[in-house]
Amino acid sequence: MAREGQRYQTFSRRAFMLAGLQGVAFTALGGRLYYLTIINGEQYRLRADKNRISTRLVVPERGEILDRNDVKLAVNQPDFTVYLIPEQAGDITKTLAKLSRILKLDKRKLARVVRQIKRQRKFLPVSVAGGLDWNTFSRVNVGMPELPGVLTNAGLSRYYPDGREFAHIVGYLARPNEEEIALTRMYRLPGFKVGRQGLERRFENELRGSPGARRVEVNAVGREIRELPPRRDASKGEDLRLSLDIRLQKFALEQLGEEAAGAVVIDLETGELTALASTPTYDPNEFTRGISQENYDGLLKDPRKPLLNKALSGQYPPGSTMKMVVALAALEQGVINSDTEFFCNGKHKLGDHTFHCWKKQGHGKQNLLGGLANSCDVYFYNIAEKLDIDFIAEMARKFGFGEIFNIGVDGERSGLVANRRWKRDYMNEAWHLGETLNVSIGQGAMLATPLQLAVMTARLATGREIYPSVVRNLPSIEAAAFNQLQVNPLHLREVRRGMEMVMEPRGTAYDPKRRKTAVKQAGKTGTAQVRRITKEEREAGLLDNDEKPWRTRDHALFVGYAPTDSPRFAVSVLVQHGGGGAATAAPIGRALLDKAIELDTANELGGSATATLPVEKTDSGPSRPNADGLRDS
Amino acid sequence: MATGRIFGPRTVQKSLFQRLLSLNWFILAIIVAIAATGTAMLYSVAGGQIEPWASRHAMRFGIAFLLMLGIAVTDIRYWMALAYPAWLLGFLMLLLVELAGTVGMGGQRWLDIGFMRIQPSELMKIAVIMALARYYHARTFAQARRLPALITPIILLALPAILVIKQPDLGTGLMILAGGAAIMFMAGISGWIFAGVGAAAVPAAFVVWPVLNEYQQNRILTFFNPESDPLGAGYQITQSKIALGSGGMSGKGFLEGTQSHLNFLPEMKTDFIFTVLVEEFGLIGAVTVLFLYGSVLIYGLLIGIGCRNQFGRLLASGLAMSLFFYILINVGMVMGLMPVVGVPLPLISYGGSAMLTWAIAYGLILSVATHRHVTLAPKGSGLA
Repeated sequence: MAREGQRYQTFSRRAFMLAGLQGVAFTALGGRLYYLTIINGEQYRLRADKNRISTRLVVPERGEILDRNDVKLAVNQPDFTVYLIPEQAGDITKTLAKLSRILKLDKRKLARVVRQIKRQRKFLPVSVAGGLDWNTFSRVNVGMPELPGVLTNAGLSRYYPDGREFAHIVGYLARPNEEEIALTRMYRLPGFKVGRQGLERRFENELRGSPGARRVEVNAVGREIRELPPRRDASKGEDLRLSLDIRLQKFALEQLGEEAAGAVVIDLETGELTALASTPTYDPNEFTRGISQENYDGLLKDPRKPLLNKALSGQYPPGSTMKMVVALAALEQGVINSDTEFFCNGKHKLGDHTFHCWKKQGHGKQNLLGGLANSCDVYFYNIAEKLDIDFIAEMARKFGFGEIFNIGVDGERSGLVANRRWKRDYMNEAWHLGETLNVSIGQGAMLATPLQLAVMTARLATGREIYPSVVRNLPSIEAAAFNQLQVNPLHLREVRRGMEMVMEPRGTAYDPKRRKTAVKQAGKTGTAQVRRITKEEREAGLLDNDEKPWRTRDHALFVGYAPTDSPRFAVSVLVQHGGGGAATAAPIGRALLDKAIELDTANELGGSATATLPVEKTDSGPSRPNADGLRDS
Repeated sequence: MATGRIFGPRTVQKSLFQRLLSLNWFILAIIVAIAATGTAMLYSVAGGQIEPWASRHAMRFGIAFLLMLGIAVTDIRYWMALAYPAWLLGFLMLLLVELAGTVGMGGQRWLDIGFMRIQPSELMKIAVIMALARYYHARTFAQARRLPALITPIILLALPAILVIKQPDLGTGLMILAGGAAIMFMAGISGWIFAGVGAAAVPAAFVVWPVLNEYQQNRILTFFNPESDPLGAGYQITQSKIALGSGGMSGKGFLEGTQSHLNFLPEMKTDFIFTVLVEEFGLIGAVTVLFLYGSVLIYGLLIGIGCRNQFGRLLASGLAMSLFFYILINVGMVMGLMPVVGVPLPLISYGGSAMLTWAIAYGLILSVATHRHVTLAPKGSGLA
């Protein structure tokens, strides 16, 4: 068996070689494993963690907006939303078709989603449907495995319980634009909204809060499996506290009704506004949800301009409501004293031009108080002839005309206080005395906002340089710190007496039905012409406001304060094209003053404000949070 | 009588019970341990649940284990007689797959015979080794080393290998070639021929390259540069390496593998199950399992060395090498040492075919051990 022997020897030698090879190979595998697990283990552990751990932002709750009694004006409510991330969706049409079956989307909504998908970058989530009920929302969640790229979010959305009442002040939220998204990482979160108007926009940084972070374990397709501690909670945004009183605000809106109008109520002790109303108004919730183009167009086209905050942004000729200022300027300049009398026959000639009194047949002999109480135009034409326009302008500025108060609500306008210099600068013309006559009755080169008129009235009523405020978080001048106006108090008292007489028998705003025991009010009506009345029209006989087309009707104005002995509130009312101030604006102003005092008295009687309205208590800090944190941004 | 000439003068005299008792039960215990590890890993891959894989795996192993014992106690002369017919059957089945195989896994690999799907390439791996062992059993040392004697083995080897690679199943094809080469090496073929083939392999690669499928080409390219394809095959290897490495010395713990449980790993229950094991049990677990495999396979080689007949020697050692390649390719692949070729880890990966291959192959090895003292007649003509 020599042959067998050689065969066996070769075999066993080579079999041992292969066994050795196996040993080497296993050692090599072990070595490689040692290299991977021990030498590079730490690096791979980090990479495994990087795979599975993802840090996600925790959206902070937006600060709420509260009225003076902590009634919530802007809140956050649970909102179930479904998003689609086009990049991850694969077949978008198919996914959308499946989604729309669950969500019962109609064609128009679907088209909107498709449009939105085309418009923005593919990794940004598109909101498919919001405000879902719990049932629908869960059905989408259950169907998630067959809906690639679909994201559900049980988040919070902004809601304005009394949206229409505060639309112009609070504003609304909207999706951030691409620029904003580039600036703030948080804005990338699906459904995140930023302040787009009003306080929401102005105080965006304070209201937004700061995001938290949480670490989550995700699987290979990015789905969250569980949360890993530690979690850094988001901190809620600061609450904004307003001085407005929702009850008075509602009352004001009711009073203004469907008119294009504005009304302001100001607290004379603190300068705080308790009502700042503008009509018509709109529902900011529609904007936050995403307003339809038709509805938006409707708002834009409405001649009554619902989007405009008339109380701050509307500039109107103040009409007779500024006669007190003219009278003061004249008294201070010594042009007249309280006993100075002028005769009114309904007309006043200046050169070859005739200025008319509102009362065609004239008021007869008038002194200052009568001039104010009857709002006699001829009386003021006589003053104006002797009074330089610059003195009127200076006095007007003392009373807040032409000034922006920065109360924190967007859209404040300065109005117009003209003087010689202004005319030279802007028109390159010399000032005409006729223009002074126009200004003396609040027409012509004189414009003011209802807010300015309220401030004027407040300063007249108190003799102090009251500054208005509405956002309590903002540092404001302490009530006691308002300066005394540099006006002779005796002159002020004279003018105030005139305003009281306006409300008394034979005054323009006398209300015969008012009970004698009611709180005494002082005020002044105004009727501002929208356009010049031609000679022909005057000769043909003046039309009643009711007979004129809406656009050409006079603005109705009223300013007032009460109670007369120790003033608490001042009010201004403007009704655009509302007709006569006495007929249209004065009743509203009187009612507002009464209501303000009634609410104030109720508050003082054991702080029953919180009892008369169901107020939810918040646990978010003291009533005046760190005002410094809210310094004008 | 044909059988008379195959069966030598000495016959098996032990009873069935004696033969069962004579098996190396320590090695059998190791095999059970490896399969149990597989069951545990499948339990983990399923997220800590018996269903659907762990239970079936255990059941399959039970059947496979009985099959292995059955083969081990069956007279080796039957296996020798079956060598050529088995090769022919395997070859025909491969042809059938080529012609009418069910399309699956990106290529034609399965043959559905009603109650189960069989993978002819797996059976072919064994049949080729049986046929080659049988062929060299009948050749003397001098005869085996003659050049013309290379023709038959090359045909026995190349025909099935080409069919399998064409399926396309590069991994199994290469394993068939490697297993055959190991047998020819042990049969005494001149070392120069192996050196020559090795030298020729480089230019041959350029010839074979255009024949390969695009995905096969990609896998090889990706193997050389995994980062080139971070989302495809390269992703698999990168994630596998992260899982392996992050296991560290003792692993993240049973059921605690993050790469596996969060689905970062591909093909976890089949090709990449070793990765799951290392992630959860670390270097210690990996070395233990590799040591168990090594023990079983080296034992197979030793059975060959201790066998009296050439058929048994070549069969046992050839099969041991074949199983070794299985493990080498799979483990090398998950570590990024080999291209991703889709070879499972026998006894641990989920799947019937690999289990069946292991049962038959190791059953035959044990059969050689049982019958190591049997002398076999050199020629078995008339059966082929």
